Parts: sequence; structure tokens; C-alpha cells
Amino acid sequence: MYLTSEEIMQTIEMVRMENLDIRTITMGISLRDCSNPQNEIFCENIFEKIVKNGEKLVPVVDEVQDFYGIPIINKRISVTPISIVAESCKNPDFVEIAKTMDEAAKEINVDFIGGFSALVQKGLTNGDKRFISSIPESLASTEKVCSSVNVAGTKSGINMDAVSEMGKIIKKTAELTKNKDGIGCAKLVIFANAPEDNPFMAGAFHGVGEAECVINAGVSGPGVVNSALRRLFNPTLGEISEEIKKTSFKITRMGEMAAREVSKRLGVEFGVVDISLAPTPAVGDSVAEILEAMGLEKCGAHGTTAALALLNDAVKKGGLMASSSVGGLSGAFIPVSEDAGMIRAVECGALSIEKLEAMTSVCSVGLDMIAVPGDTPASTISGIIADEMAIGVINNKTTAARLIPVPGKKQGDLVEFGGLLGGGPIMSVSSFSSEEFIKRGGRIPAPVNSLTN
Amino acid sequence: MKTDRFVITVIGVDAVGIVAGVTQKMSEFKVNIIDIRQTLMGDIFTMLMIGEVPSSGFVLSDFQDAMAEIGKIHNVEIRVQHEDIFRHMHRI
Repeated sequence: MYLTSEEIMQTIEMVRMENLDIRTITMGISLRDCSNPQNEIFCENIFEKIVKNGEKLVPVVDEVQDFYGIPIINKRISVTPISIVAESCKNPDFVEIAKTMDEAAKEINVDFIGGFSALVQKGLTNGDKRFISSIPESLASTEKVCSSVNVAGTKSGINMDAVSEMGKIIKKTAELTKNKDGIGCAKLVIFANAPEDNPFMAGAFHGVGEAECVINAGVSGPGVVNSALRRLFNPTLGEISEEIKKTSFKITRMGEMAAREVSKRLGVEFGVVDISLAPTPAVGDSVAEILEAMGLEKCGAHGTTAALALLNDAVKKGGLMASSSVGGLSGAFIPVSEDAGMIRAVECGALSIEKLEAMTSVCSVGLDMIAVPGDTPASTISGIIADEMAIGVINNKTTAARLIPVPGKKQGDLVEFGGLLGGGPIMSVSSFSSEEFIKRGGRIPAPVNSLTN
Repeated sequence: MKTDRFVITVIGVDAVGIVAGVTQKMSEFKVNIIDIRQTLMGDIFTMLMIGEVPSSGFVLSDFQDAMAEIGKIHNVEIRVQHEDIFRHMHRI
């Protein structure tokens, strides 16, 4: 047999027992040719373009899934940031635009549509201001639309006016979706150095430097890495790194091939494969458990940041060896509510928001899916965002914040968002005020890129 | 002419007639077995096959449905996957 039994069985076990999947195939569609001064025509244009490009996505992805026998969980669309393409509308009705995106997504049966976004890392145009103020209502009146705002960058610094505004926007979004525990905030990400080809939600958008239409894939597999490490007998950290690299290599190869097949069958350009360990609430599919497999009693114990740094770096190295088209975020995600091991660590007091913040300086995203008390002031939320942005800007990496101030709930209460979003306890935040600092506004200048001590 | 090869894996509790049932169904679909291995690990029956499918008139989803059905009868899990996924994952 030119394939060994071990090779075949290893792949089968990864899927059967270890939750290996392609988390998402995301089609990026440029909407740059949809602009029109009239809102109504603009909406017609984007509906038509999304449906025309995306109508075959779901059936083709399902075909490829059956062809290779590898689960492909989500099918998604990302579009050019709406704040840019709607800028030329005379009286833009952003809520109507969001609803149009939602309808288009439902028409072609995709799980999410991203790109209800703005890039304001250096400043806000009049259009950006109108766009941002529409986010709460837009997210409250749609199901599949995801929003992101890039408020900081290493070359631009941190736009503190936007940071301050986003604190209020997050509060308002939570308030408008309070009957579902503020779930609107789970569809809103604040970024520093946002990548333009990320296939993962809620932060996916189709960057302005991208092609007309591309296929990007997000491959995941925390369960596979977790199992691989637990099979090692008393390994050194070097051996652990080696094992993660090999595993990451294999799952990236698998993901790239499936995504290329989708792009070939659709006749759409292939973009990137994003190898990111994205946990799910399923048993064993946890990034926290990988860190614990390295020898930490609980995720959050001292040493967690070092263990995560090792993991993130090894995942990237394995992925880069496997494919010349690695992009997006690529690394390890640490969303609290979506990871059973993280939830346990929070519940027993091992993991705090401060430790999570430190962890984000070495992993691929940021403070993700963190539920905080409903009465957290907007300025405190802005303070958390500002800290997270500073980590990204200074370290020349992407960071993000996806925070949910759950209306009516306090620290220790439980919240359940359902599905892949999971649930968990409300985490405590500092009770000391950030208000004066946030109120100052303006811009924190771009950092120096030498003398990096 | 290029013909596609699929890896067919059968996993489940051992019983009489699994190999016969599965291969009978494969022949109905004119799937030619070019490699076959079968082992028992404890009570767990594992069979790995590589089947070459006819270049015309073969509908993968029909074959997969038929295999799933035969799997149900014999209480085993049957997967039909294109060989490339294994080759690409493990070989450079």
C-alpha cells in the first residue's frame, strides 16, 4: 500500500476523535464597484454582487467536504469595509445596508458575513463617524452581520477618539441586544493592525489591496495538538515544540489542499490559509488544555505566557513550512467563552483578565469573547481596549478586543451565548476609573521602531 | 485517462460478513479494489481499502450513501475519502 495504514488511521482519528476541521471557507468579495450616491441603488448593487459571487459557495464547499471526508464547519463571506464603499452615499442608511448584507447572506445560506467595518487607525472621516454610530442598531437588527473597527496601527499609533467612542458603542450594542445577554457584542471586534485577509469572524473583511474575489480558509485543530502532546512520554519543551510543528504542518497541508479545490471548482482565486488553533466548547478542543498538557496545573498559572508563546510560534512555523500562502491571523486563539478549559480556569480563579492581557502579547489575537459585568463604565471598556491596542502597536502585531458587558449581570454570574460562541462566567474588571485618561482623546503617536528594549 | 482513487475505511465491532457485504456493494458500483488491509485490534475491526472508481457514470454521493447504508446493516462506520487528502497530509 503506497499509503501506510498508520497514515490513513492518523488522519481518520484526527477527524473522528480530535475534532479536526476546516473551521471556515471564507469568500472575500470586493464591493468597490458598488458605490452609488443613492442609498437604495447602493444596497441593490451590493446585494446583487454578493449573491452573484457567492451563490455557489455553500454547495461547492459541501461537495469538497464529502470528497475529502474532512468537515468544513462554516461558510462565510467577507466584503470591502462598508464605511469605505458607502462613503459616497449622500444620505447613507447604514442600518439598511447591514440588513441588505444580512439578506444576501441568508439568500446564499452562508453562516456569517463580515466587513461591516471601518479603518480609522489615524483619524475619522465624516462617513466613518456616521458608520460607527450605526453599529449598535445594525448589529441588533441583523443576525449574520459581523463588524470590526481598526483603531490602531504600528505605523499610525492609537486613535484614542475612536477608542473612547468604541467603549460607548460596545455598551450600546449590549443594551440593544440585552434580551440575548448582549450577544451583539460577540459580533463586534476592535483591532490594532487588522489583517486584510483574515477568514475568521467576527473580524473578517476584504481588504482594499485584495483581488476582486478570493477564497481564504481557516484551519483549526486544538484537539489534534492536544492529543499529540498527551501521547508524548515526559517530553522536553523542545520536543513539545517539534511535535506541535509537525501537527500544524499536517493540518495546514490538509486545509490548503481542500481550499484550493474549492477555489478551483468555483473558478475563484485562492487567497490564504490561516492556521489558527480556534477552540470550541467541544470536549478536548481547547487551547487551555494544550497549555495544561505542557505541565501547568491550570491555564493562568505562572508560566502560561511562556507556554502560549511556545505554542503560537510552533504553530506558525509548522504552517509556514506547509504552505507558501499562510496569512490571516495564524497562531492560537484564546477566546474565553468558546474554550471549556479557559472557562474552568476562570471559574477556579486561576485565570484573570490581567493574565489574559499578558497572554495576548504572545498569541495571535487578543482579549476575545470576554464577558464583563453589565455595569462596567464605557470608559473602563475603552481602557481595556486601549491597553490591548498598545500591546499590538508596540509589538508590531495584530491584537483585538471582543468584550461583552452583559446587561444585568455581575461578576461570577453565568452567561450562555450558545453554539460556537459558548458561555461562561462574567469576569471581574478593575473598579478604579480610567475616565479622565480616556476623555483626553487625540492620538497616541506611532512608536519608534528602533531602540526596542 | 485519469481515474480517481478513494480510500475506504471500515471501522467497527467485528462480525461475520462485513468484508463480503462491503466488497459486494463496491462491485455493484464497479469500484476496483487495488489494495486491501484488514486487522483486528481487540474486538475492533479495521479494514482499509483503496478503490479505483470508473471514469464515467460514477456518482460519489450515491456510492457514499450506499456505503453508509451497508455500514448501518453491519454496525460499522464506513468512510469514503479521496486519496489526495492522505497523501497531501503525510507526504511532501
